[in-house]
Amino acid sequence: MIKKDVLIIGAGPTGLFCAHQLGIIGLSCEIVDNLDKAGGQCIELYPDKPIYDIPAVPECTGEELTTNLLKQIKPFNIKFHLNERVEDLKKVEGRWHVRTSGKQEFDVASIVIAGGVGSFEPRKFPLKECEKFEGSSIFYSIKDKTVFKDKIISIFGGGDSALDWAIELSNTSKVNLIHRRDGFSGAESSVQKVKELNDQGKINLYTKYQIDSVSGVSNIQSVKIKHDDGETKEFKTDYILGFFGLIMQLGPILDWGLNINKKAIEVNTKNFETNIDGIFAIGDICTYPGKLKLILSGFHEGALAARGCFKYAKPDEKLRFEFTTTSKAAQERLGVKK
Amino acid sequence: MAKINYITHDNQTHTIDVQNGLTVMEGAVQNDIPGIDADCGGGMACATCHVYVNEEWLDKLPTKEDGEEDMLDMAFEPKQNSRLSCQLTISDELDGLVVNIPSKQV
Repeated sequence: MIKKDVLIIGAGPTGLFCAHQLGIIGLSCEIVDNLDKAGGQCIELYPDKPIYDIPAVPECTGEELTTNLLKQIKPFNIKFHLNERVEDLKKVEGRWHVRTSGKQEFDVASIVIAGGVGSFEPRKFPLKECEKFEGSSIFYSIKDKTVFKDKIISIFGGGDSALDWAIELSNTSKVNLIHRRDGFSGAESSVQKVKELNDQGKINLYTKYQIDSVSGVSNIQSVKIKHDDGETKEFKTDYILGFFGLIMQLGPILDWGLNINKKAIEVNTKNFETNIDGIFAIGDICTYPGKLKLILSGFHEGALAARGCFKYAKPDEKLRFEFTTTSKAAQERLGVKK
Repeated sequence: MAKINYITHDNQTHTIDVQNGLTVMEGAVQNDIPGIDADCGGGMACATCHVYVNEEWLDKLPTKEDGEEDMLDMAFEPKQNSRLSCQLTISDELDGLVVNIPSKQV
């Protein structure tokens, strides 16, 4: 069991800056995130796209913003638990016990949910019948590519993941690549490569087709695809891979008894605490009258929530307001005191 | 101002007056029309405000910007008449627009 003052759920910009604010006022925290790296939507949705509304930063990309925030919290040596999702929550003698999907357990005085619009999960095929093959012959991500050797693989999607895996697996497997339109969102060089491989007969490319049905008993045997004009084709396949990007789900947080309003958690604007004492919500996941889903609002919310956490972590102490410019304590925590 | 007809998956039609300049997505969200999630808030960074536009309206809509079709690849059951409703800005010309909301967004 890891004992800290605060557990932050979500390593997006809001969660990262809240960690900084906790560090400044002398509270310890660790961060859990479902993704494999810090940055949240900035990294997952728009790492290369510019952001123009971070105060005093005229222009930066999602990746640069994340890198700078990580640099800013470096003095606090905060531990990240990536690829993990929070599962259960229990109140034990005035503190919170939280367990993650990776069976990590935390004992904390308060929790800050900075979960964005939820945890990212792969978007799946719309067909109900696909569910029973999931994990055996239908996959939305690849962990071990050797199972596909000498098999027939049908890949759906038109982004980089679909194109890259089609190219990669065409070396060792028979690959069908199916996409709903002629255009692709993946890199142009990959699109060209796929077209070349299609011409050489190493990939069978089907555009303007979408999945229609699958059949098989315990494993997939065949897949039927349907053209925009209604024509269908059915072929044998051993595996089906779907790469349709990620969706965001609130997940187990929904069962914690928090007041939820249109997929967001209701908070007060004094310290961004939820209806449950000791649980705060900041950033895109929280809602209140006048809420703006901007990164800068998330920073403000994080700063106030961090101070809200103080009374739970140190009930016998009083938090004094200080500026980092002049506070010796803050400068010591930042490791900059000369 | 334009009257927008939102047809939800259970076949109920909700007719709403939406101000010019707002988007079809905003018209739905502000009036609690179910089935439009708009997770990213209108930034063309998700595909959860996906709608099917009635055929006769397709030509009258603003053309797709780069990126909308890429996002639609990730929508739930995209079709040829799929659009992201956050990209459809209301004007008088869209008075009477009919959009169908898919059974789900994710």
